[in-house]
Amino acid sequence: MKTNAFAYQRPDTAEEAVRLAAEGGDGARFIAGGQSLLAALNFRLDEPEALIDISRIATLRGIERRENRLLIGALTRHAEVAASPEVARDLPLIARAMREVAHPAIRNRGTFGGSLALADPAAEMPACALALDAVMHVLSPEGRRQVPAAEFFCGMYETALEPGELLTGVEIPLPEPGARHGFSELARRHGDYAMAGLAMMLGPRSGGVPSWARVAFFGLSDCPARSAAAEAAILSGARPEDCAAKACEEIEVFGDLNADEATKRHYAEVMLRRELTRLANDEERTA
Amino acid sequence: MSATLPITLTVNGESVSADVAPRVPLVDFLRETLGLTGTHLGCAHGVCGACTVRVDGAAVRGCLMLAVQADGATVETVEGVSDSGEIADLQDAFHRHNALQCGFCTAGMLMTAAELLDAGGPPPERAEIREHISGNYCRCTGYQSIVDAVEEVAQARAADKGGQA
Ligand SMILES: Cc1cc2nc3c(=O)[nH]c(=O)nc-3n(C[C@H](O)[C@H](O)[C@H](O)COP(=O)(O)OP(=O)(O)OC[C@H]3O[C@@H](n4cnc5c(N)ncnc54)[C@H](O)[C@@H]3O)c2cc1C
Ligand code: FES
Ligand code: FES
Repeated sequence: MKTNAFAYQRPDTAEEAVRLAAEGGDGARFIAGGQSLLAALNFRLDEPEALIDISRIATLRGIERRENRLLIGALTRHAEVAASPEVARDLPLIARAMREVAHPAIRNRGTFGGSLALADPAAEMPACALALDAVMHVLSPEGRRQVPAAEFFCGMYETALEPGELLTGVEIPLPEPGARHGFSELARRHGDYAMAGLAMMLGPRSGGVPSWARVAFFGLSDCPARSAAAEAAILSGARPEDCAAKACEEIEVFGDLNADEATKRHYAEVMLRRELTRLANDEERTA
Repeated sequence: MSATLPITLTVNGESVSADVAPRVPLVDFLRETLGLTGTHLGCAHGVCGACTVRVDGAAVRGCLMLAVQADGATVETVEGVSDSGEIADLQDAFHRHNALQCGFCTAGMLMTAAELLDAGGPPPERAEIREHISGNYCRCTGYQSIVDAVEEVAQARAADKGGQA
């Protein structure tokens, strides 16, 4: 099957892109890497009137350090994020998770911002954004605004972006020295979307427990979700198996073709237990 | 709305200008407009890898890129890298290891493997080769012989480099 016919525009600036989107209204879509959008159009899951190609807006591409934050431009490709020495050093959670995002040829075009704007419930980067407390930078003809990751992902393929709003970049506070990350994913085949996954950050230890904890799951629900109950258990100094038992306490888990609800809950608990145990063992070894 | 747009790109070293409708995927443009049928179209949604070509030096899915998006780009297909001799060793290894049967996946496999072989560093382990070609389906060979062929070329090229140094 082929896509429907559509108009194509390629603005040079972000401001022009949002102006065109406002003009185009309901029928216009931004295309970034196109790795999800064109797949959907080829199956006529969507029939837009116009594509606004943002992929050549140079100011939205690249990784930049700003004091104690890293700013990742929305159009930075997955492959560029994966190869970035800054990301590897300062945000090892993202470097680790990126290895599971699709396949090399898709990472060569798919973009960091596209992944977040799409908000696939089984995608890695939205959960990493939650675990890292990222802040989304958003542009519309009305101006700029910032949305914390905690308020950005609202449901299945649903974000806080209003129609026509452009995600320009993502600002990620660098975790302080001594912070640690945990990541785990179960997929049918390397590079497939997750059946279940975990992205978490733990603050430096003080008095034997992490000073803060952000535990985010993906692939379980209609959007990536933090587990407040597991975080509270971690901060109370509970054993890994007792923290893991709380993994899905407040998360509404949905079964799908890959695994039913009970199986997904089980995966989530095993992932959290294993990652907490691994981090505790690492701690002991280096102590 | 279905108006065509002018594009100019370099395909296998030659400059090409054409008017294309925005909805035409790069793989269809290569196959149908330019007659470069070495690149195949399988799933049309990024899953099988049969359409893999090189754009500005990077392996990409020809089904998930519009021809209009390739305006100004340098595109290389299996025909180009065959004629230049760039992957002659890889093609020879595929042949000797029976790494192709029906051949439908082969162009995409070659383009994908070529990117890994060009990455530099120590020759990739089998697990790394498998991970790298995980986005390319082969319904005939069972992959073992493909991994054998890529591994052999990786080691041979590394040995060559060692010899020259
Ligand atoms: C076979 C296959 C396997 C994959 N596996 C995975 C996987 O395991 N994990 C994973 O995370 N992803 C996976 N992907 C998806 C891939 O990572 C996509 O590239 C990514 O999700 C979307 O990025 P894109 O730049 O291609 O966006 P596009 O496809 O261009 O756009 C996707 C959507 O986001 C909107 N959009 C894009 N950028 C912006 C922006 N800056 N502001 C506002 N809206 C925007 C578009 O309008 C569109 O609705 C896979 C894709 C394929 C084809
Ligand atoms: S045809 Fe492009 S990946 Fe299958
Ligand atoms: S040789 Fe037939 S699909 Fe690979």
